[in-house]
Amino acid sequence: MTNLSSLSFYLPELFLIGIILLSIIIELIPGCRKYNYFVVLAGLISVAIMLSWSSTESVSIFMGMSVSDPFAIFFKWIFVIATFYIVLISRADNSLDKRLSGEFNILLLIVMFGLFLMVTANNLIMVYLSIEMVSIASYILAGMLKNDLKSNEASLKYVIFGAFASGLMLYGFSWLYGLSGSTDLHEISAALSGHMDQPFVIYMAILLVLVGIGYKISMVPFHYWTPDVYEGAPTPVTAYLSVAPKAAGIALLIRFFSSTFTTDISTTVSNIDWTTLVAVLSAITMTVGNLLALQQTNIKRLLAFSSIAHAGYMLMVIPVISVDARAAVMIYAVPYLFMNLGLFFMAIAIHNQTSSFEISKWKGLGSRAPLMAGIMVVLLLSLTGLPPTGGFIGKVYLFSVLIKFQQFFWLAVIGVINSVISLFYYFRIVKTMYFSSADDETVFKIHPLLYWSIISCVVPVLLLGIYWSPLINFVQHSISMF
Amino acid sequence: MNSHILSLLVFIPILGALVTLAYQQFKPKSVNGNNDNGNAHKWIAAVTTGLQLLLAAWLYIQYIPTAGIQFVEQASWIPQFNIEYYLGVDGLSLPMVLLTALLSFIGVVSSWNIKKSTLGYFTMLLLLDTGMMGVFVSLDFFLFYIFWEVMLLPMYFLIGIWGGPQRQYAAIKFFLYTLFGSVFMLLAMLGLYFYSDPHTFNLITLIQTASSINATIWGMDVRILIWVALFIGFAIKVPIVPLHTWLPLAHVEAPTAVSVILAGVLLKMGTYGLLRINYPILPDLVHWFAWFLALLGVINIIWGALNAIAQIDLKKMVAYSSVSHMGYVLLGMAAVISENPAGAQAGLNGALMQMFNHGTITAMLFLLVGVVYERAHHRYIFYPDDYKDKKLAGTRAFGGLGAKVPIYSAFVALAFFAGLGLPALSGFISEVMCFIGGFSVFRTLTIIGTLGILLNAIYFLRAYNHVFMGPLNSAYDDLTDMTKREIFILVPLAILVILFGVYPAPLLDMIAPTMGHLIDIIQNAGAYVGMM
Repeated sequence: MTNLSSLSFYLPELFLIGIILLSIIIELIPGCRKYNYFVVLAGLISVAIMLSWSSTESVSIFMGMSVSDPFAIFFKWIFVIATFYIVLISRADNSLDKRLSGEFNILLLIVMFGLFLMVTANNLIMVYLSIEMVSIASYILAGMLKNDLKSNEASLKYVIFGAFASGLMLYGFSWLYGLSGSTDLHEISAALSGHMDQPFVIYMAILLVLVGIGYKISMVPFHYWTPDVYEGAPTPVTAYLSVAPKAAGIALLIRFFSSTFTTDISTTVSNIDWTTLVAVLSAITMTVGNLLALQQTNIKRLLAFSSIAHAGYMLMVIPVISVDARAAVMIYAVPYLFMNLGLFFMAIAIHNQTSSFEISKWKGLGSRAPLMAGIMVVLLLSLTGLPPTGGFIGKVYLFSVLIKFQQFFWLAVIGVINSVISLFYYFRIVKTMYFSSADDETVFKIHPLLYWSIISCVVPVLLLGIYWSPLINFVQHSISMF
Repeated sequence: MNSHILSLLVFIPILGALVTLAYQQFKPKSVNGNNDNGNAHKWIAAVTTGLQLLLAAWLYIQYIPTAGIQFVEQASWIPQFNIEYYLGVDGLSLPMVLLTALLSFIGVVSSWNIKKSTLGYFTMLLLLDTGMMGVFVSLDFFLFYIFWEVMLLPMYFLIGIWGGPQRQYAAIKFFLYTLFGSVFMLLAMLGLYFYSDPHTFNLITLIQTASSINATIWGMDVRILIWVALFIGFAIKVPIVPLHTWLPLAHVEAPTAVSVILAGVLLKMGTYGLLRINYPILPDLVHWFAWFLALLGVINIIWGALNAIAQIDLKKMVAYSSVSHMGYVLLGMAAVISENPAGAQAGLNGALMQMFNHGTITAMLFLLVGVVYERAHHRYIFYPDDYKDKKLAGTRAFGGLGAKVPIYSAFVALAFFAGLGLPALSGFISEVMCFIGGFSVFRTLTIIGTLGILLNAIYFLRAYNHVFMGPLNSAYDDLTDMTKREIFILVPLAILVILFGVYPAPLLDMIAPTMGHLIDIIQNAGAYVGMM
């Protein structure tokens, strides 16, 4: 489709660009700066409205550089919701410099735009550009606390690891281009099928691409940046990183591997066994994430390792090349969004009061803030994957893919054992909240924005645990034209 | 028949919990600032569980033993995954439903003196009640699994907040052990769903469809793997030695009412699950595993009893006696493959009766231990060697209570004798039936197992001797006898223990047709012939 006619499929993105520019202009006018926050929120709502009006047909736009399909729209919804939440609660975090809130919001929107591009990318160039767009804005966001050494460290670590990973990925892209003479994902796939005699070259390219994407979703062994960046970055940014770029990375992984390294619905390109590789990486990722989380005493580090483990769970079904596997990842991503955000919001609330992210500061919450503590228990149950929560449903779908397609049973066994391990550290938080009495009996104060955001996070988690048919329908619809 | 009595039975505790929370939110502010609303919480819980008990009694009256599954409620829940909201009771689940309702009510009344945050305590107890009831009436595997898991959280809190000194460790150990078992059950459940044709979680349909599963994983028959995975999940709950180590800890640290429910109801879920899922759905494998079950049963009997003998803490002794008593159930269950129809019937009926009878007996035992603990603040038979008071270390802790608290000692005598299987008390009937069944198939094993009766007698009689006989220990001169409330909760249990000891027919009539049907399924399936 030509560039001009493609624009009609690009309305959410165009709106988003408009909001970013508007926000920058507002930021420059002294009297208007205080309205920036509301403009950004209203802008996000307008993007959401555009998204709900988007065409659900599957078309290739901008001369094949991008695609517009229900699969991308599904993930765009996740990004809009996550960004909205983060902008909303950024006001309630005392550690963020209020004078920089305009910049914060603008950078966040730029990341979101990058994520939009990432899930629609259909060309190596677009893939690389979108990943860089997300990464560079994220580096700045991670270092937003200018006077905090940990934040500086986080930013620098993120830059170095990020640059290294994207360099490797770019190298992999050059191999792919060398093999196929094209940057279009589908054309590469077609060209690779003719290279049956050079499995090693293709394998190398796959490996290098996996490094780049694996770094984005913090897959072991490319996860080393995660705990430090998560700990040092401002908490709203951490919350955002743990949800949105991760979901985008998974989406990109699915699109990349199913269009490029898969010949038809069920076989890998040139019979290269990358599925076993991803399966092994998935097992290692979840196991390492869970085992390292066991000893954390800092809530942000704990959630960093927990997010590594969850990346492992989501990777579990990628080796099964089928529509059902993609659907399962999408089903998992929705409760994951809410349960993770809810926990980070609580961490912000507690940090506001105690200036600490140590889990020991959660002591006695069971009696000091019964409702909030109860909600945390539900969210932690969901992260563990116990009913009746959305997290359980997500895990059931992941495991059912492995069993339905009768592949990688050992991965399912490792997956369930990991769920048991994760119970131990998630419930250490519950233990702290309920079984230890508080050091000080100060009244627990929470910003109303955080309070209502947390409540709005637990509602979908519980609803999805009890009745998830609408989600299935939505996912089925989003996957049907893939 | 389309009544909603089962839904009501399952969800009435949740309603009670909501009422409690609503009351807490909107209660009138007390004038003098005293925090006396604990009373309201326990009354709401008592009324709720009382109503549930009445509903269960009505269920029993309406139940027709020969009519198969009754009070069915069936509705589509998640059509895309073919999950149904499917409830029903038969002769296998009805005794368990009655037991759950009875013990929940007794549990609430026995917690009357709880002081620490009554709101949370009774809410959790009611939530637990819903989970237990749900497990016993679900006929859809997915629903069953959800209820099965829903129980874990309230139990974790009940042990962890209101328990004894080691409560935190006991709580997480219980949680981890049970979850470890149930995640394998989850895989087995998904396996049954995807390998059976048509895909279904319906436990009744699966009886027909599961036999046609024909596939291998890692060179092993899928059906064997499913059987084993389910077995791990249920065995931890029973608990079968060597997966039992969570039990003594959890039982001892839990508050009295929770120990009653743990031992009385939760342990039965393991054997119930085997009888509800493994037995009818994969019947030919039962022939294959029966020997193994019987062996584990006998190990349970002996190991539990030997451990109980070694205990100087009354509650720990009772906890290990549960391990021993659940062994009888396993032995009886294994006898289902007997070629002698009478043996099979005796075994399976005996197993289910033992599940019910052990529920009532062990509830009595834990309640009675709770009674003495509340007064003396310890429950040692002998003080341990490292007791804080060096002079008392290793000496008899009680003694001569028989004359001081006669009502109490009479109840203890009844419970102990029921526990050691004295004829004319309910434990005897069911144990003998298990042995008769077992003897018809596993002769040597059963003979070894009968040693358990002797061992059981040793620790029960020894404990009785040291606590109630001899001269009165002067430290307990002002010990008071049981209150009316305590007698009120023990009398119904005592009546059941005596009634089913002399006249077990009501119980047997209720379960026999369903058990007969189950025996037919297993006998007709024939021994497993397949690849391995």
